[in-house]
Amino acid sequence: MLSVFRQVMLYLAVLCCAVNAHAAADSMKPDTELHALAQQLIDAGFREKKALTEALVEINDPKTLEFSQVMVNGDLYYRKDDRVVVIKGEDKITSFFNGEVIEIASSRDIKKISVNNSLRTILRSGIARLQIFSPVASVRKQAAVNLLKSADDIDSVTLSRAMAEEKNSEVKDILSLVQGIKSLESGDSATRLAGIDALAGSLYPDVRGALANFVRAAESDGRASEVKAATDALEKIEDLLRVNAVIENLYFGLALGAVLLLAAIGLAITFGVMGVINMAHGEMIMLGAYTTYVVQQLMPDHIGLSLAVAIPAAFLVSGLVGVAIERGVIRHLYGRPLETLLATFGISLVLQQAVRSIFSPLNREVATPDWMAGTFMINPALELTYNRLYIIIFSLVVLALLALVLKRTLFGLQMRAVTMNRPMASSMGIRTGWVDALTFGLGSGIAGIAGVALSQLTNVGPNMGQAYIIDSFMVVVFGGVGNLWGTLVGAMSLGVVNKLLEPWAGAVVAKILVLVFIILFIQKRPRGLFALKGRAADMG
Amino acid sequence: MSQEIKGGPLTRLIMNDKAGRKLLLVLLLVSVLVPLSNLLVPEGSLFHVSTFTMTLLGKYLCYALLAVAVDLIWGYCGILSLGHGAFFALGGYAMGMYLMRQIGDRGVYANPELPDFMVFLNWTELPWYWQGFDQFWFAMIMVLAAPGLLAFVFGVLAFRSRVTGVYLSIITQALTYALLLAFFRNDMGFGGNNGLTDFKDILGFDLQADTTRAALFFASGIALIGGYLISRFIVTSKLGRVLVAIRDSESRARFLGYRVEWYKLFVFVVSSMLAGVAGALYVPQVGIINPGEFAPINSIEIIIWVAVGGRGTLYGAVIGAVLVNYAKTYFTGAFAELWLFMLGGLFVLTTLYLPKGVVGLWAQIQEKRRSSSGGPGGGQSATAEGKV
Repeated sequence: MLSVFRQVMLYLAVLCCAVNAHAAADSMKPDTELHALAQQLIDAGFREKKALTEALVEINDPKTLEFSQVMVNGDLYYRKDDRVVVIKGEDKITSFFNGEVIEIASSRDIKKISVNNSLRTILRSGIARLQIFSPVASVRKQAAVNLLKSADDIDSVTLSRAMAEEKNSEVKDILSLVQGIKSLESGDSATRLAGIDALAGSLYPDVRGALANFVRAAESDGRASEVKAATDALEKIEDLLRVNAVIENLYFGLALGAVLLLAAIGLAITFGVMGVINMAHGEMIMLGAYTTYVVQQLMPDHIGLSLAVAIPAAFLVSGLVGVAIERGVIRHLYGRPLETLLATFGISLVLQQAVRSIFSPLNREVATPDWMAGTFMINPALELTYNRLYIIIFSLVVLALLALVLKRTLFGLQMRAVTMNRPMASSMGIRTGWVDALTFGLGSGIAGIAGVALSQLTNVGPNMGQAYIIDSFMVVVFGGVGNLWGTLVGAMSLGVVNKLLEPWAGAVVAKILVLVFIILFIQKRPRGLFALKGRAADMG
Repeated sequence: MSQEIKGGPLTRLIMNDKAGRKLLLVLLLVSVLVPLSNLLVPEGSLFHVSTFTMTLLGKYLCYALLAVAVDLIWGYCGILSLGHGAFFALGGYAMGMYLMRQIGDRGVYANPELPDFMVFLNWTELPWYWQGFDQFWFAMIMVLAAPGLLAFVFGVLAFRSRVTGVYLSIITQALTYALLLAFFRNDMGFGGNNGLTDFKDILGFDLQADTTRAALFFASGIALIGGYLISRFIVTSKLGRVLVAIRDSESRARFLGYRVEWYKLFVFVVSSMLAGVAGALYVPQVGIINPGEFAPINSIEIIIWVAVGGRGTLYGAVIGAVLVNYAKTYFTGAFAELWLFMLGGLFVLTTLYLPKGVVGLWAQIQEKRRSSSGGPGGGQSATAEGKV
């Protein structure tokens, strides 16, 4: 009985082994030229490897490029018992040819297919060649950009062929820069000068490096005319870089202006239109940011969608809190601006502490959707980040919507009527109390929307509102109270001035200078850039 | 207060001020008795005041002086300064610089000339604006001059271009915010983030000694009494009447021919100097001055002291400062979470229901009792009265 059982077990075990061996043999089958060469590489010494590698980069196989790249990075291994070629990644090991994840018992089960420097050189130029003829334009472009750093990876003949075959003008321009760099090393003075000519005006840092190196070499050899040409080319590049730096700063300034605008639009309503000093305005922004956080917690798998949900949610949350503040406190304090200031400051403290007690005093993580990350490259020296671009657009959209509400809706009309002449509006049947509450709610709600946008840029914490309150007031006062365009111009100009001063004076000093400037500006024009004229101006 | 009492200017000043007279008496008693009980009464006795308590009370006295300074301009001239913490801090820094120089070579780096943080920043010589601060008299002049000068320049600019009301409040806030940012910078030469600290002695007396502490406490009490009398003198003079006129209707005062801006400037500068003195007395007692004192919230807190106590009374400011700060000490110790709720609620409730502060509430209750009509609490009528 026992022996029968043993026999069956033995039979099963043999069967298993056979199946395993069959499977292993299957994957080892040398079905491609690349596969065969890989098997040869495993056993080869460095001398044979050199010949094999030279052959490798000539193989016409879609996987050749990847194979070479893995090999040059030193991530190419093979399993000792069945000679399967594998890629050793950071956390897993995958088979190179069929992409399966391979489990190994110990790190000694696999062995590296080692490379030395001469192999690396062959591989690199092979990779460059493979990439430069790739059917995908973006791969060709990246390859061309890499060649700027190491022009030696490609020989002149291949380069000329690549340039002749290239259809994409952008890639072609970069290739001609590569050629320019290569011709700097030519023996012929005219070619060198032509090379300098080709390089002038390019913004790639590698081109600048190549030219700088060339100037040094030419100086020591005493080639005066070439030194001058190269120096001129370098100066031209520097000028262009300076222009680009200014443009970048302008962009940063506009983005900062957009943040200020978002923070200040709500205040332009509550302070500008209603004349209410709302020191809790920053906390309305904070509530909006926390609403974003809560919405994201509720729908963690849809970060992009959560923002779309958060915008109306934040508007409602901050708006309702705003209405509550107006009905509960501010209503009793109209005509006493200084008391309003104190009461709303008290509210801001309460809201801060409430958030601190509910959510903890630490900053909360708010995720950013993928489409907001990344940069938009205009030229090699100028990359604009997408999130700033979106903030600029978003702030303008919010401003436009608000202007629309004020100009085109019944509520907007009533609001303006109450601002202009309260008793008269009241006599015409407008419920001024309601209009006040809704106006304040609107201003607060917009601050909430600003909070959604700011949660994508800065930390979300109990104190985040404090950072914006002084700036927001500055913007509104600078732009002129009660004037949306003034707020727009004020925010943008303060943002730009701040960022243009920064490289020259440093961030903190720039901010101080802007504050001092506003203090002095208010002395000259106490009613801001765009002051209301006529009777309305006397009401403050 | 109705009938004028004749006599010398000081007696007249005191005798015409019934509530203030009581306050001054209390202050005088406190300034004398607290140091005495700290020094003479043995520890463990019921009447012994510990050095800790005395320092805490000393702090309150400095705050009270600051509150009087704010009440002088806000209560009597309608200037709501949200930057008075800046003047307090400047006075504090002037004193701190003197105390830093007194450390001499006892610092960590044992440099006889330079304070530690300058050695740390590899500075080789004392900046020009630190010169002279080794002399006590010079430092004391600067305690008055630094805030006074800033207030003068700022006031000339602001009042002459008729920046008033809320606008003025906001730019004073911007002013203190700008100073906050500036003093955080290491290159400013005021110790950056850490500020000035590790003081050793003042006028040769050890700052840690009980006797020095007692003397500082006494000085704070006397400064508060002095500050109160000066403010009281100003507001009861003819100039004070003009200030109140400006507070109630600036344009009308101007049309009557008063140079409004110069009146405001004068009282603003005096107030800033009082704040500077408060800061200078505060620093040796707490042992540190750092840029945090410039934080806008500090300046706003001063306003609430005055509002809680009762705006436009001077003695109300003293009461408010002590009350609110005692509450702060108690609640931040006992229920730290609750303090901001309390403070925030205080802001709202005071502005809504106590437009005249606790002093006003007291007066209302008195009045109620005199007319013996009973009725609902004083808060209701206060709100109605406060509405404009």
